[in-house]
Amino acid sequence: MSETSPAEPGGGRPGLVPHPLLSVLVAATWLLAQNSLYIGHILLAVALGVGLPRLTHRFWPGAPRLRRPGVALRLLAVFFYDLLVANFQVARLVLGPNARLRPGFLQVPLDMQDEFGIVLLASMVTLTPGTVTVDRDAEHNIMLVHALDIDDADAMVALIKSRYEKPLREALGEAPRC
Amino acid sequence: MVEIVVSILLVFGSAFVLLGSVGLVKLPDVYARLHAPTKATTLGVGALLVASAVQHSALREGISGQELLVTGFFFLTAPIGAYLVSKAALHLRLKAGKAELPPRD
Repeated sequence: MSETSPAEPGGGRPGLVPHPLLSVLVAATWLLAQNSLYIGHILLAVALGVGLPRLTHRFWPGAPRLRRPGVALRLLAVFFYDLLVANFQVARLVLGPNARLRPGFLQVPLDMQDEFGIVLLASMVTLTPGTVTVDRDAEHNIMLVHALDIDDADAMVALIKSRYEKPLREALGEAPRC
Repeated sequence: MVEIVVSILLVFGSAFVLLGSVGLVKLPDVYARLHAPTKATTLGVGALLVASAVQHSALREGISGQELLVTGFFFLTAPIGAYLVSKAALHLRLKAGKAELPPRD
């Protein structure tokens, strides 16, 4: 991904393709929805991919760019693996007696500053092992998470931070690679 | 061969959708109940959609991509729905069973 013309966040005239990733996403979504690679659909997909991000430019202030696709791909693999494992864990908890559950709230202090990144992180946490994101304190940048079965609260917070937040920050270019 | 794969995926998916519904009824409080439908049902519906994609790709020419799209939208909407419900529950200070509610700020 070239960094030649970083569009001024929220202002200025948008370039031809202000958000390349969004453009690809829109075009791919259109083609998948049409379920065809007919030339007319491809042309329309390109038109939508270029047009929609330009029209909605002002709603994407400082949209993050994917800096490290490799890290993002690895995170995606970890995420899908966890999604599968999470389901077997939740299955066990759901089928077991309620008395065995040790539910509770976790306060996860975030290092992530980027709004879009935090939304991604919150969604991933909701879909993975025994945790649902409940709230976010914007002032202190703390994410409130409800967990179904807490063994060691500190360890769980540390796991969320190391397993999801760190690679996400790396992928979005917020943190240097370790 | 395709039938076997599709059947396994259908049974697997249905089992998890059922599990999500059982959890929704059985778990003790609002916050805990959210866990079952956000995770189990997502995976269950995902498996059903993969089954659909496999079946249609085998029947027709070419692969079918619409299921992929549905799965993607499901992954986007499930956490947001759960977030809205739990945030509302917290705002109303609904009891969380054994879990202690976090202090109001």
